[in-house]
Amino acid sequence: MYASGKYSSRGPALIPRMKTKHRIYYITLFSVVLLGLIATGMFQFWPHSIESAADWTLDKRSVHDAPLVRLSVSSLIPERGDLSCRMHTCFDVYRCGYNPKNRIKVYIYPLQKFVDELGVPISSTGLSREYNDLLSAISDSDFYTDDVTRACLFIPSIDVLNQNSLRIRETAQALAMLPRWDKGMNHLLFNMLPGGPPDYNTALDVPRDRVLLAGGGFSTWTYRQGYDVSIPVYSPLSADVELPERQPGPRRYFILSSQTAIHREYRAELERLKEENGEALLLLDKCSNLSQGAASARKRCFKGQIYDYPQILQAHWFWEAYFSSMKAIGLTTLQIINDRIYPYAARTYEQWNNPPVVKWSSVNSPLFLPLIPPRAPGFTAVVLTYDRVESLFRVITEISKVPSLAKLLVVWNNQNKSPPEESLWPKIGVPLKVVRTKENKLSNRFFPYDEIETEAVLAIDDDIIMLTSDELQFGYEVWREFPDRLVGYPGRLHLWDHEMGKWKYESEWTNEVSMVLTGAAFYHKYFSYVYTYKMPLDIKNWEYTHMNCEDIAMNFLVANITGKAPIKVTPRKKFKCPECTAIDGLSLDQTHMVERSECINKFASVFGTMPLKVVEHRADPVLYKDDFPEKLKSFPNIGSL
Amino acid sequence: MQARKKYGLLGLCACCWLVLFYWGGGVQLRLLRLLTRQPGEVVRPWPNWTDRAFLPRYAHLDEIQMDPGTGELPHQRRHAWSAVYKDSRCRMETCFDFSRCRRRGREGFRVYMYPSEKSDRVSESYRKILASIAESRYYTSDPREACLFVLGIDTLDRDQLSGQFVPNMDERIRGFPLWNDGRNHLIFNLYSGTWPNYTEDLGFNIGQAILAKASLNTEHFRPGFDVSIPLFSKDHPQKGGDRGWLVRNTIPPRRKYLLMFKGKRYLTGIGSDTRNALHHIHNGKDIVSLTTCRHGKDWEKHKDARCDHDNLEYESNGGTLKGDGAACIPVLLSNGWELPFSDVIQWNQAVIEGDERLLLQVPSTVRAVGNERVLALRQRTQMLWEAYFSSVDKIVLTTLEIIKDRVFSHISRNKYMWNSLPGGLLVLPEYSTHLTHFPFYYLGLGVSPGQEFTAVIHAVSPLVSQSQPIMKLLQVVSKSKYCSQIIILWNSEKPPPSRSKWPPMPVPLTVTDGRRKTTSRFLPHVAIETEAVLSLDEDTVLLTNEVNFAFLVWRSFPERIVGYPPRSHFWDPLKGAWGYTSKWTNDYSIVLTGAAFYHRYYHYLFSHYLPQSLRTLVDRTSNCEDILMNFLVSAVTHLPPIKVAQRKQYKELPSPQSTKSVPWANPEHFNQRQECVNTFANWFGYMPLVHSQFRLDPVLFKDQVSVLRKKYKDLERA
Repeated sequence: MYASGKYSSRGPALIPRMKTKHRIYYITLFSVVLLGLIATGMFQFWPHSIESAADWTLDKRSVHDAPLVRLSVSSLIPERGDLSCRMHTCFDVYRCGYNPKNRIKVYIYPLQKFVDELGVPISSTGLSREYNDLLSAISDSDFYTDDVTRACLFIPSIDVLNQNSLRIRETAQALAMLPRWDKGMNHLLFNMLPGGPPDYNTALDVPRDRVLLAGGGFSTWTYRQGYDVSIPVYSPLSADVELPERQPGPRRYFILSSQTAIHREYRAELERLKEENGEALLLLDKCSNLSQGAASARKRCFKGQIYDYPQILQAHWFWEAYFSSMKAIGLTTLQIINDRIYPYAARTYEQWNNPPVVKWSSVNSPLFLPLIPPRAPGFTAVVLTYDRVESLFRVITEISKVPSLAKLLVVWNNQNKSPPEESLWPKIGVPLKVVRTKENKLSNRFFPYDEIETEAVLAIDDDIIMLTSDELQFGYEVWREFPDRLVGYPGRLHLWDHEMGKWKYESEWTNEVSMVLTGAAFYHKYFSYVYTYKMPLDIKNWEYTHMNCEDIAMNFLVANITGKAPIKVTPRKKFKCPECTAIDGLSLDQTHMVERSECINKFASVFGTMPLKVVEHRADPVLYKDDFPEKLKSFPNIGSL
Repeated sequence: MQARKKYGLLGLCACCWLVLFYWGGGVQLRLLRLLTRQPGEVVRPWPNWTDRAFLPRYAHLDEIQMDPGTGELPHQRRHAWSAVYKDSRCRMETCFDFSRCRRRGREGFRVYMYPSEKSDRVSESYRKILASIAESRYYTSDPREACLFVLGIDTLDRDQLSGQFVPNMDERIRGFPLWNDGRNHLIFNLYSGTWPNYTEDLGFNIGQAILAKASLNTEHFRPGFDVSIPLFSKDHPQKGGDRGWLVRNTIPPRRKYLLMFKGKRYLTGIGSDTRNALHHIHNGKDIVSLTTCRHGKDWEKHKDARCDHDNLEYESNGGTLKGDGAACIPVLLSNGWELPFSDVIQWNQAVIEGDERLLLQVPSTVRAVGNERVLALRQRTQMLWEAYFSSVDKIVLTTLEIIKDRVFSHISRNKYMWNSLPGGLLVLPEYSTHLTHFPFYYLGLGVSPGQEFTAVIHAVSPLVSQSQPIMKLLQVVSKSKYCSQIIILWNSEKPPPSRSKWPPMPVPLTVTDGRRKTTSRFLPHVAIETEAVLSLDEDTVLLTNEVNFAFLVWRSFPERIVGYPPRSHFWDPLKGAWGYTSKWTNDYSIVLTGAAFYHRYYHYLFSHYLPQSLRTLVDRTSNCEDILMNFLVSAVTHLPPIKVAQRKQYKELPSPQSTKSVPWANPEHFNQRQECVNTFANWFGYMPLVHSQFRLDPVLFKDQVSVLRKKYKDLERA
């Protein structure tokens, strides 16, 4: 065994030593085994081979193959339906339990054909195309589960969409025979045409215990608030409707009535309105000159003029999102129930109702409450430094004079060198902390360090010594009035370059501002969270490889989530190019500008829009440059350096 | 031989494998399916029936569209319904007489209060409710024009054991000629039933009356008819009220959860199980459970210690745990209770709703809520508190507005208006039901304010010469490329001059009669077609560029007043009153409307939201209209106005020769303004004005750059 094991590792060397007879035998055997393995592999691991095989058998199934279930006359009949049912009384929430995805699991009973003792089916139509579409859509959605023990909601495959085709008593008996019926608890029935002569009830008449009803045509007396779901009545004609892309522009009619079966009393009222208001009101009716049938149901007429229906209607997206198909109706119903079971993860009114164009362009600032935070907590200055210790110490000394400074945090971005000894640091009146970083990244300045205990953060470079204490204090006061914006000193602009057909970065002395440099800027700590954890990865990588533009990225980020422009404070400094000093060691010339332009184009493409907002104003103290004694001004020392 | 054995074995294995594959494929398949199927993966269960295309439609077309001719007449049906659906099955369309509210808007919605009888003792809380209605703009003293009626008898406490319980209600009510089985009546109630079963029964037949009640059970709540209100204590402020406890948005948000449960639950009886369970999840660190006062078995001792104050905070909305300093995240457990103002408030945007049955899961649920959502929940909670709960006035007005929205459902607020800043009470649907017509929704809708403004010039002196300041002003304003029209509000004693007296201008000029009322300058003139209004005094001195710059600034802050001359208010501790100053200060809280931009909606609010008494004060004194406008706008925005750069100081020191004619040189005028500030603060119930320390200048303002670069260079000339 030992020897063969050793040789087998060498493989082919074995063969010449065998006898020819055996060799042929073994080669044949090997080929057979190999072929067998390949074949197995083909069958087993060929993509979808199993699924398609399974589908193949399923696809062959016909509705008529559904197993037959015979009801006995004495089968249990459920109770009529409890009008006092509410989610917390008739719905077993334990079945839905805690679910990290906050999504209910829905089980669909397999199709069965129920007949009474004489073999007469309980419904004249059986499974309808619409109900089949509905169940298909649900089973394709991620609400679906085939595991009955994990389901929170059960949907019987008994079609009760139209009460007219049902034998009420037998249908009720069939429902009660479902294996998990349990008094209809957590069962959902879809019904669109309830009632029948003589009462024309507005909810399904089938006795159904505690079933949750998704019904068309509820009245407020049959609808159980927060329990049932009121759904539209689907027209089988909707399936063929293709709506054109909506033309932008104002709507043509103030009021449009397209319903054909309106009571004459109402129609008389509408006609009176039409007389008063004329063109603003379009009153449509059946077309009398067209032959009956599906085609005529898709037309509406007014004084011989023919209109396509439903194309004439407005609010297209609404119809498409929630009404257009059985799938839309079914999934909307499940989402509504889902929202009730997990209210803390529910969709908002805006999510349900805003048309896509508004969803795309609207901004919901995370700091939306108008609050001017108190002055007292002050701000934390975060100084990013690499190794310019002398300049850093000067900056620290300068900033420490600002009255509202609460804490100073030095972000030491040099991994090869240790920060100076403690005794060498300037003595200042507020706590000073040094954080060492693992990587030399400019975005380290935006990390939400635990040491930052204030809302306001001042990001400042280690060479910004031209800002006076008054200017910094004033910047903080302005930030308090705009806590959801970047409040900074040097301003910059983005421009559209018509020749090149792209965005361009501008650092010249312009009349407009759309960004502030974060070499000296106040911002809310919330934004460092978002910057660190929510920034698109594309942008993070870009910054990292380009060692630049982290400030532009921050401007994009804040503008994108707040929809607001930054605030530039105080006059222009006399130094020519603050970036040249701000990003020391990096190129100072034209290529730097080109690179920053590239950043803007890159970020605009990642965000899919240009979120930056251009403004023509900056903030100065109320009495800035006014003819007023300097001693009495709160911030006299503005623009002096 | 060894090798042979080995290969033999190998061959055998292979054969087995093959055999297994060809004959036992089923086993393998099942095995493999088990292996490859990830947990939770969806296997398509509902078959693609082969005969899917042949399935019948669920209904015929004529079943869906029933013939209307056969049914009963709509008006007959309405009549029949009123007879059937009443009392506990009341709905607005069956139990409410809309014909009483036939006139449009505010005129159609008048509230009448029954006079209180002297013998009746009215509780402090009910007195506040009545006071709120009496002061509201819907109040009427004439029952014939009323749409809604409110009883003078205190119905707040219907606990028979309470001292405030009014007996013999049925008889008394039947004696009222206006009662009409309670139709169009609104009944306020905070407590009903008594210990230990606090039932919904008020102890008298309310008939068709609308019930505005705290702690309504969802089963007894008549949807779209009753109004669930918050429980409040007798100490709840009549007006104003605390702003709330959220003053800072700390990051990461402080995670403390306030587990609330609807007020009136005790150690025994309804809700006691939940209460006991709450104690189990209270860990004193991040989850704090607050309980109402501990009721022993001896109810009499504790009955009055109902923890009104706590209850209010539990119920109305939380984040209001005072002792905690920072606002908590409210977690609401309210199975079976209708939440306050549930018709209009989206509670799931402000609180984390839990299910009492899944109580022990609540901690994990709330801890799984992301930081961003916590931040939003706390702000939303505060917003709702400020908008609807912080004072009795707000609670009562919200109740009335909800009913009014039902009566005039075609001119009502949508849920977005109710649930976003500044809240539904400040959104008057008679002005518009279109979100873009209001100054505060631009960002949320992703749109910008329009590019044009309307100048409204307030003229008081007769036109005598072509060199009058108003002539210059007309020229300057009309030259602005953003100006679309000019309206002169003629408030002089002399009739307006003929058309030809006005200079020719590139924009349309309209002269309207202000009837010598100071408030007329803020009337919502239909002629104002733009969102932006530039309000001007006739003697204002401005440059076209100043106007342009201020307009661009306004477009960035469309919900605020943007103007030139600032003023300030301050608290005078010696007088114990508010002071007003026109001195040069380092901050300001008012911008004079003699030269300011603002949204035209504020005209509407000024004329329809503010009470007549304040407008009368303005007209009587011909003063303070600008202060009132600043109060109003700051009350809406919670923010200061914005001052922009201005070339010259405006009307600071009037020249000696004009002293007689200008009212602001008059010390009486100044004292009036001082008084105004206090009167207004009194009506608002708090001081809405907020100070600001900055002014907005053009980017290159007074910078040492070539003048050629500057867009607004003429602003720098002295």
